[in-house]
Amino acid sequence: MVIAAMGTDANLPLVAIAGNPNTGKTTVFNLLTGSSGKVGNYPGVTVERQMGRLRLDESHAARLMDVPGTYSLSSRSAEEQLAIHALAGIGQFELPELVILVVDSTQLTRNLYLVLQVIELGMPLVIALNMSDRVSATGTEIDAEALAAELGVPVVPLAATKHEGLEELRSVVAKTLQKPEVARTTWRWEIEGAELQEDVRAVAATLPPDWYGNSAKRQDALALWSLLSIDDEDELEHIPPVLRKVVGERHRLASKTAREIDREVIAGRYGWIDAHAPRFIKKLTDPAKSLTDRIDEVLLHPAGGFMVFLLAMGLIFQSLFTGADPAIGLIEDGIEHLGNLIEALLPAGIFNEFVVSGIINGVGSVLMFLPQILLLFFFIGLMEDTGYMARVAMLMDRVMKSIGLHGRAFVPMLSGYACAVPAILGTRTMERKRDRYLTMMVVPLMTCSARLPVYGLMIAALYPPDASAPFAQGLLMVAMYLFSTVIALIVAAVLGRTILKGPKVPLILEMPPYRMPHWPSVMRMMWQRGKLFITEAGTVILLCTIGMWFLLSFPRDAAASGPAEDVVPTTDAVQVGDAEQGAADPEIVAAGSSIRDSYAGQLGRWFEPAVEPLGFDWKIGVGVIGAFAAREVFVSTMAVVYDLSEDEDETSKTLRDRIRAQRRPDGSKVFTPLTCLSLMVFFALACQCMSTLAVVKRETNSWAWTGFLFAYQTALAWIASFIVFQGGRLIGFE
Amino acid sequence: MHPLHNVRPDTCARLLEVGGERPFRRRLMELGFLPGSELRVIRNIDVGGVMEVEVRNCRVTLRQNEAQALFVTAMDCTKPGCCDGDRRNGH
Repeated sequence: MVIAAMGTDANLPLVAIAGNPNTGKTTVFNLLTGSSGKVGNYPGVTVERQMGRLRLDESHAARLMDVPGTYSLSSRSAEEQLAIHALAGIGQFELPELVILVVDSTQLTRNLYLVLQVIELGMPLVIALNMSDRVSATGTEIDAEALAAELGVPVVPLAATKHEGLEELRSVVAKTLQKPEVARTTWRWEIEGAELQEDVRAVAATLPPDWYGNSAKRQDALALWSLLSIDDEDELEHIPPVLRKVVGERHRLASKTAREIDREVIAGRYGWIDAHAPRFIKKLTDPAKSLTDRIDEVLLHPAGGFMVFLLAMGLIFQSLFTGADPAIGLIEDGIEHLGNLIEALLPAGIFNEFVVSGIINGVGSVLMFLPQILLLFFFIGLMEDTGYMARVAMLMDRVMKSIGLHGRAFVPMLSGYACAVPAILGTRTMERKRDRYLTMMVVPLMTCSARLPVYGLMIAALYPPDASAPFAQGLLMVAMYLFSTVIALIVAAVLGRTILKGPKVPLILEMPPYRMPHWPSVMRMMWQRGKLFITEAGTVILLCTIGMWFLLSFPRDAAASGPAEDVVPTTDAVQVGDAEQGAADPEIVAAGSSIRDSYAGQLGRWFEPAVEPLGFDWKIGVGVIGAFAAREVFVSTMAVVYDLSEDEDETSKTLRDRIRAQRRPDGSKVFTPLTCLSLMVFFALACQCMSTLAVVKRETNSWAWTGFLFAYQTALAWIASFIVFQGGRLIGFE
Repeated sequence: MHPLHNVRPDTCARLLEVGGERPFRRRLMELGFLPGSELRVIRNIDVGGVMEVEVRNCRVTLRQNEAQALFVTAMDCTKPGCCDGDRRNGH
């Protein structure tokens, strides 16, 4: 993606907006750009990049580029490296004309560390002193004019969530763009000691000249960046070997005389901050116990905190699991009505079927995910904005670390029990690529709600109608949940130690003060996520649905001229259907024979030898293929294959009886308890969901990872079902 | 001088040494955990194996086993209402 093509005019001046995490940078960005913000990816990596148009006054505007939040420009990974590349205009990045640094007034000293780094780069800089309305609560006072004088750059006090100071910021940015020299200042601190000066000189001489243009200041700043960032185990990109070599030499040389370059540089910056802070931070009173202290006494209480945590997670899970149902039902009804309407409007025939069963059905299967996605991102946004997400990561750290995952992976993993699609989108809350990928690879193993109708049908087929064994049935359902969870944890532990092995990362987690959520930002994030899902993953899901429709309804059989929607299983088949509806309906019998002769049917027969050792016959094979569109479709596909109305559901007597009555050619029962169990295990583990794959493709931007997910899950499912079926037979079950 | 991981909650201490792997040390120092800095242990949750530490008005959670690489020394806290230390010291 070319940076200039991000929806804003390339000839407008480029302004970068940067800052520490939790400073309200996103809110400031949103307020400055209004509705013009666009989400894209940084070149080469799947880190989100926001671009927007910054209106300055009646006749002037600028392009505003959001730089990922960071405490420091020094970096260890390609993702972290984006900040320095974006600010210094390295590689594919254009050099910004001005940097807006959003600073949290209540944590000014720590924020000034990043400010000093940006000053070192020689960038014209405007400080947006955000949260200035909250300073008094910390018992201090900040003198913005003194700060501006000490730093030598403009400082604008801001209370973004109250919309205070924004117009002032706009006008200062506009003025500064006209006269950038008022915002360009000299290094605040000196590199002290002949040895460190020599380190910087040596490294500066090996930097690629296009990194710093003709700015000697930026050359020194990038030499410091290299000294602090490059080491033997970093995951940085585009570092010239000679630079890597020289930095290594300087560190080895320093350690011989017991010097530590990192500490000298960092202490140099903090030395300036500590010496000058009293001139602009006035201590008024010692603060009383803060609100954050009082909230954390409850939320991080060793016992009570976990209770609140479980309650909060329970609420989120319950909302995703059942709360989204009314909205999903509305979407389904709407799609069905639209389908009926169009079906009546268009002349009957293949085109009509294509539009109704292919396209409209496909759009429906995309939109159906929207309620859960919006709900999940509402909760994630709320937890991030209030500061609770950091507490979740803290509380879950020990558990998640034991399986090689980040504490933040807990929320996506939990959401996976409702649906893998929003859960995979939710992995974005993690910074490291490896953490995101590992979470994405295991989330599809969680027992999602779409597996429930299949389990329901199998459990019903397992137990004879007269033997009411609700306890055993419930127990089996619980066992399936436990089974999938245990397998997911094992897979995470295995992948995390093999192909997704990363360096051991110590936990350093900022605990931001609790804040009221900024509702427009939360809503905006929900909206952007939903839009991204529809435009990017949605198109793939739509194409897959059309493909499935084709597989299930072609080649056309002369005998099967029944309406197409009887042929194609629709996802609404999970709803309670009319159990008494006749199995003798000739039209439905025709539909059944049509699906048997379809490409999917042929495919099912073709790979019957592959599923036979699992105890499946080719009809189940067709059901498994059909379930790829969505797992719950298995129930309706089975109904069609067994010549029943597609309105059958898992509680329908007819379908259950029909399934129990199925015989193999040799007269033995198809759905023995062992086959049912084997099929349930297969559905628990197999990657039976094209929407999941579409979303994984979108998030990893890699067919290799998508293919890997599909391959390992299918292999795992086959092996586990094989063990259940063949092992069960060996020990005498049938 | 003793390791940070078993410092009791509501205790102030002076940081003497930041150990551990280089990226861990560097990130901590950049967040203000420089030798000589004053810090305060906010909470220490043994069940979760994590602890929260405040340095320069900024709070950070660390794992207890990783905090073993940080060494601190007891200090007289002079800020009233800050920690248990000042109560012990009669402020």
